[in-house]
Parts: sequence; C-alpha cells; structure tokens
Amino acid sequence: MNNILECYNLSKFYSGVPALTNLTLSIPKGKIIGLLGPNGSGKTTFIKIAAGLLTPTTGSITIDGNAPGVETKSYVSYLPERTYLSSWMKVSDIIAMFSDFYPDFDVPRANDMLKRLGVSTNAKLKTLSKGTKEKVQLVLVMARRAQLYLLDEPIGGVDPATREYILNTIITNYNENSTIIISTHLITDIEKVLDEFLFINKGQVVMSGSVDSVREEKGMSIDELFREVFKC
Amino acid sequence: MAWKFVSDRPIYLQIAEHIKIDIITGVYPPGERMPSVRELAAIAAVNPNTMQRAMSELEQSGLVSAMRTTGRFVTEDKEILEKTKQALAHELAQEYLRTISRLGYTPEEAAELVLKINQ
Repeated sequence: MNNILECYNLSKFYSGVPALTNLTLSIPKGKIIGLLGPNGSGKTTFIKIAAGLLTPTTGSITIDGNAPGVETKSYVSYLPERTYLSSWMKVSDIIAMFSDFYPDFDVPRANDMLKRLGVSTNAKLKTLSKGTKEKVQLVLVMARRAQLYLLDEPIGGVDPATREYILNTIITNYNENSTIIISTHLITDIEKVLDEFLFINKGQVVMSGSVDSVREEKGMSIDELFREVFKC
Repeated sequence: MAWKFVSDRPIYLQIAEHIKIDIITGVYPPGERMPSVRELAAIAAVNPNTMQRAMSELEQSGLVSAMRTTGRFVTEDKEILEKTKQALAHELAQEYLRTISRLGYTPEEAAELVLKINQ
C-alpha cells in the first residue's frame, strides 16, 4: 500500500455546524505535504481527527490501514497547535515521559537536537521563551521514528530565523519512508520544503498537486496560487 | 544561508542551476565527491525529494555521475564543464539583451555599452 492515510467522505459537525464536509483524500508515503487553507477551513479539525483526538461524525479515515486509535498513536507523531506540556516540568522530565510513552522515541537524537538549540535539559519549561518552547515541542515530535508526522502550525508564532531552524529540523529529521503533513497559512516560508499541497476550504479539498508542477504549468508559486484561489 | 528561489519556475530547476554554477566556479571541483542529497537539502533548506530530482537532472546532463555505493562525483570531463559554462553564459547574455532591448538598445549598442563600462 502506497498511501499512509486515506479518508473517504469524512465529515465533522460541531453541534450542527460543519467543519469538514465529505472530505475525501489520500496521502502517499514518503512525502512532505502542505495542508493549506484560510482560517476556519478545517485544517486543525482534520489533523485532530487523524491524531485520534476527535471522532468523525460520518465517513471513514485510516492510517496505514487502521482507524485512528491506540494502535495508530504508536506510529503517528502529532504536534498540536497549542502547548500541552506542564510548565513546572524540566526538559529532562519531558524527555523521560516521552521515551516512556513512545517506544519509537529516540532519546539521543532528542538530546542532540536540544544541544544544537542551546536548550539545557535542566531548564524548567516556564523559564523558556515562547519560541524556545515551540522548538522544544518540535524536537519532541520529530525525535520519534514515526511513520506519519502531523504538524499543526509549527511555525505560527515564531520569528523568521526560528522558522528557518524549524524547517531545517523538519527536513533533516524525516526519513524517506515517513510522511509529514504540515498545516499552515505561512505558505511562502514553507513552500520549498513541500512535495505536494492540499488546498482546503469550508471542510473540502478544493485543489491539490505537486508544488513544482504548479510552477511548471502555471508559472506561479503556491503562495500566488493560494491568493488567486482564495481571493476575498 | 538558505537559497533563494523565484516563484515562476520549478524549484528543482533552480536548484540544479545553483549547483551548476557552484560546479563551474569550483565550489565543487572536478572529480570531487558531492555532499549527499540529504546534506545538500539541508544546506539549501529544501525538500530532499526536490533535491533528489535536481541531482537527477544534473546526472542527465553528465555534470555529475552516481557511483553505486560511494555517492555522486563531479565530472572530470573538461568538454562537459566547458559546455555547461558556455550554456550558462549564453543564457545570461540573452537575458541582458532581452532586458536592454526594452530600453531601445540595439545589440550593437548593447555590446558597446558592456565594453565601455568595463574600461
């Protein structure tokens, strides 16, 4: 099977309000995919369903053949939009917790990445800046040897230099058999690390393809295409 | 520093061009082993699959060749290197001509201008 994720007619309603409506898509293995869409288009809802945090109202979704659940959590690594780590914990506590939780968590790799970042494992989370906290979270997520990484707005709240660092961490730490889904609306920054893109709006896929074929056929970047498709 | 890309051309072609220039200018000398796709992707801050595609492009042009286990090497074939250099120079000259002809310059005047500036 060449797809890591498949979903069919996936819908999610929040007390009657649709967030995803009949979303059908498949995501191949070994690719970095940009999940792009305006605010409120359903990006986070989709990622949360794939991560097993939300259940779909109707439709089906499978990750490597399994519905999201205990099984898939062992090979899906998820970076939420917001931090969920307790601020009283030390970085070393969190590393211990992660390696306890996830058999695929690579402790030496995490320590190595943190060292390059200049983050002391002795530091308590509450003493770290927002940007550094985001970097630590990304390190935790990327230090797992997962098959699917779900990154919800990984470069949202950080400065351009940190963005570069984060993108570099993503590129250098993924292996060719795993897939990364990155949701964002900061397209210019992320375009050069993507293989493929998915535009979603109002809970549906409106366009998809490979980044370079858009450039080849339309002579425009994904950022320009986005502005055209989602013109207000 | 991450490489810069323009928005109207495929990224893999722009990467291939960047590396071509690096080879011509001796950043990667003839006969030398190229960094791995992964390393190059990190240097350029691009997707490794895109870098892979750029390298295939360079392999096709004969500028680099892949050894089964030891990686990719820059060609030592002087003819290929010279041809690549000429092709790049040709493109630059064409680009110059296109731009300056919009200002009403004839090719002769354009050539004169280059010589004059160089004095």
